[in-house]
Amino acid sequence: MSTPTTTRTTTTQEQPKTERVRGGYDKQKRAEARLGWLLAGPAFAVMILVTIYPILQAAWQSLYRSRLTAPDDAAFIGLQNYFVILSDPLFYQSLGVTLFITVVTVVVELVLGFALALVMHRAIRGTRGLVRTAILVPYGIITVVSAFAWYYAFASESGYVNNWLSIIPGFDPNLNWFAQTGTSLSVIILSEVWKTTPFVSLLLLAGLSQVPDDLSEAAQVDGAGWWTRMFRITIPIMLPSIMVATIFRALDAFRIFDNVFIMTNGANGTNVLSLLAYNTSIGRLEIGLGSAVSVLLFLCVIIICFTAVKLFRVDLTGVKEES
Amino acid sequence: MVTRRRTPTPRPRTRAFGALLLTAAVAVPLAACAPAETGPPVLNWYINPDDGGQAAIAQSCTAAANGAYTITTQVLPRQAASQREQLARRLAANDSSIDIMSLDPPFIPEFAEAGFLAPVPEDVQQKVTQNVVQGAIDGATWKDQLVTVPFWANTQLLWYRKSVVEAAGLDMSKPVTWQQIMDAAQSQDKYLAVQGARAESLTVWVNALIASDGGSIITSQEGGVDSIELGIDSDAGKAAAEIMGEIGTSGLGGPGLPTADETASLSLFQSDKGSFMVNYPFVWPATKASVENGSLDQSVLDDIGWAVYPAVDESKPAAPPYGGINLGISSKGNNVDLAYQAAECIVSPENQTEYFVSNGNPASNTTAFDAPAVSDAFPMASTIRDSLQQAAPRPQTPYYNEISLGIQSTWHPPGADNADTTPAQSQSFILQVLRGERLL
Repeated sequence: MSTPTTTRTTTTQEQPKTERVRGGYDKQKRAEARLGWLLAGPAFAVMILVTIYPILQAAWQSLYRSRLTAPDDAAFIGLQNYFVILSDPLFYQSLGVTLFITVVTVVVELVLGFALALVMHRAIRGTRGLVRTAILVPYGIITVVSAFAWYYAFASESGYVNNWLSIIPGFDPNLNWFAQTGTSLSVIILSEVWKTTPFVSLLLLAGLSQVPDDLSEAAQVDGAGWWTRMFRITIPIMLPSIMVATIFRALDAFRIFDNVFIMTNGANGTNVLSLLAYNTSIGRLEIGLGSAVSVLLFLCVIIICFTAVKLFRVDLTGVKEES
Repeated sequence: MVTRRRTPTPRPRTRAFGALLLTAAVAVPLAACAPAETGPPVLNWYINPDDGGQAAIAQSCTAAANGAYTITTQVLPRQAASQREQLARRLAANDSSIDIMSLDPPFIPEFAEAGFLAPVPEDVQQKVTQNVVQGAIDGATWKDQLVTVPFWANTQLLWYRKSVVEAAGLDMSKPVTWQQIMDAAQSQDKYLAVQGARAESLTVWVNALIASDGGSIITSQEGGVDSIELGIDSDAGKAAAEIMGEIGTSGLGGPGLPTADETASLSLFQSDKGSFMVNYPFVWPATKASVENGSLDQSVLDDIGWAVYPAVDESKPAAPPYGGINLGISSKGNNVDLAYQAAECIVSPENQTEYFVSNGNPASNTTAFDAPAVSDAFPMASTIRDSLQQAAPRPQTPYYNEISLGIQSTWHPPGADNADTTPAQSQSFILQVLRGERLL
């Protein structure tokens, strides 16, 4: 705690003290940065090993015609694999389906996740733990398991959904959900939304808890209604959290694999990019062509990341200061 | 004022403890990987999932080896294509832990071309081909060389409900055609149980239809992949598309047709709407088990009859699907000679008989069909043997996977198959894929 004496002293010796303070501040900042590197350095090095190396390897292999069962026939073909992929309608169909699933799931999950976050935030103290646990249960289930659960629920031979929906007039109880594009994608999207909305709601709940109550109360005193407070105070303050949730989910949804693999395996025009990469690299053992699909998938992911950051105009590194 | 004491370096005891932990963390997993130093050599047999029959054979052959070797089993994924993926990835990485592999016949040429299979010694070749059905020997052969050991041989039969056949007035004592069974099912307002899912079973169906009409999916592959010639766009291919298209569009296959695999077909056949089904012999023990556990009525079992696979044209004999499992001995393993000794034991007629009876997988050795236990468990054993003798294998080529996936992608769903367009589109697409011009 400062005393008048120290204040006076500071005033009389202002110039040298400021330099000293600045020097100490810089030193402390450098020390902090060094500590940061020491703490994060090993993890960073491991990340380079396990991510950068395979990415570079895939980029290199994508320039070859290479099949795992015929290693002697491998030949450098430059960008030919990319020409094949980019001139194939299957690639654009898979890209279209992937984008459709991404946009629909992210939008639905943001709206539902926000509603759930509000419920969790406002839940009365006694039931808060129970509500949060109940909401988070789907996220704790392994995706393959949930995909099978949804598949068997909707399967026309063994599922119960058709039986339930048959009470709706005009509904065909023999509907085979996995025989057409539209119905197949509906179940895939439903499963995806059910599984990952809790994750979005958890991220949004963290943002919601950062909104100071006094701001909201002051606005309420000034006559602002619920919607005004939501759009003028809550959402702007939560913007960094919304952005993090959107980026995480968009990237996750864009790499969708399990649900499609289990439910349709790409049949009826439900192929997605990850499945295309898997089928080419792992199924066909065409390492060169498959690597090229993976590289294109990776580029798409980077574009999504870049677009999301630009769209929200939020500097992720500034999240700490802003919140 | 409280001052905090700085501890810039860890104390020696802490450091020693850390080193100990690190050593333990590295050493324990390594020790777990180390081979056992004592005891007979261990042969790893990678098996397809079954009802425990291969594990039992491994045990009995280990006992019969008198300490020369021990066979342990490792279970592969359920789908044949996934089994191939795992084995090919491991073998391409020179995994020496694989000794014996249960291989689906269509993938054998690819493994042989890649050098994954150890050559079969002359004496073993003679022993393991005695009294073996020709289809199984053909499936085990690549470029006129026996490259694997025939183990069990599978084929599809035509299963029918006696009540439906009687009502429709169809004579099942003579070979029947697809058109006849379609007409009979339609006249009785019943479903036909076939496998229309986009999976390997669809290729099995297309191949059987084309082969039954005297055609062949591959007509020439002399000059390698770039000069491969296909016979899908042919009269036989058109006949196949016509049959599949009619079953799909008329609703004869039921609403589940586009997703029906072998198990779904069995469920449909056992239901009140069941009439005819093409499927493997596992359906017989599966139906008996359902009756025993009370989930199915005995009258359903009593109502089931069987015949050889339907023909496409009454003037040509049917070419039923051929499947099964052959044993491949890995060229990357450390005990190739012992592995061949073990393979000889595994495929002995006694073991094949036991496997047939306990797991429902038919033997490739014809002598096994004479065993009383087989005819007790499978009253249709002689039909299975006849079917195996006239069965046609799927195309044998190192590029089978591309051809099969290409067929699945162009012939699915069956309801969209059209004799004028499907065979031509399918052939052109597969050729483009093989030339590396299209994705799959």
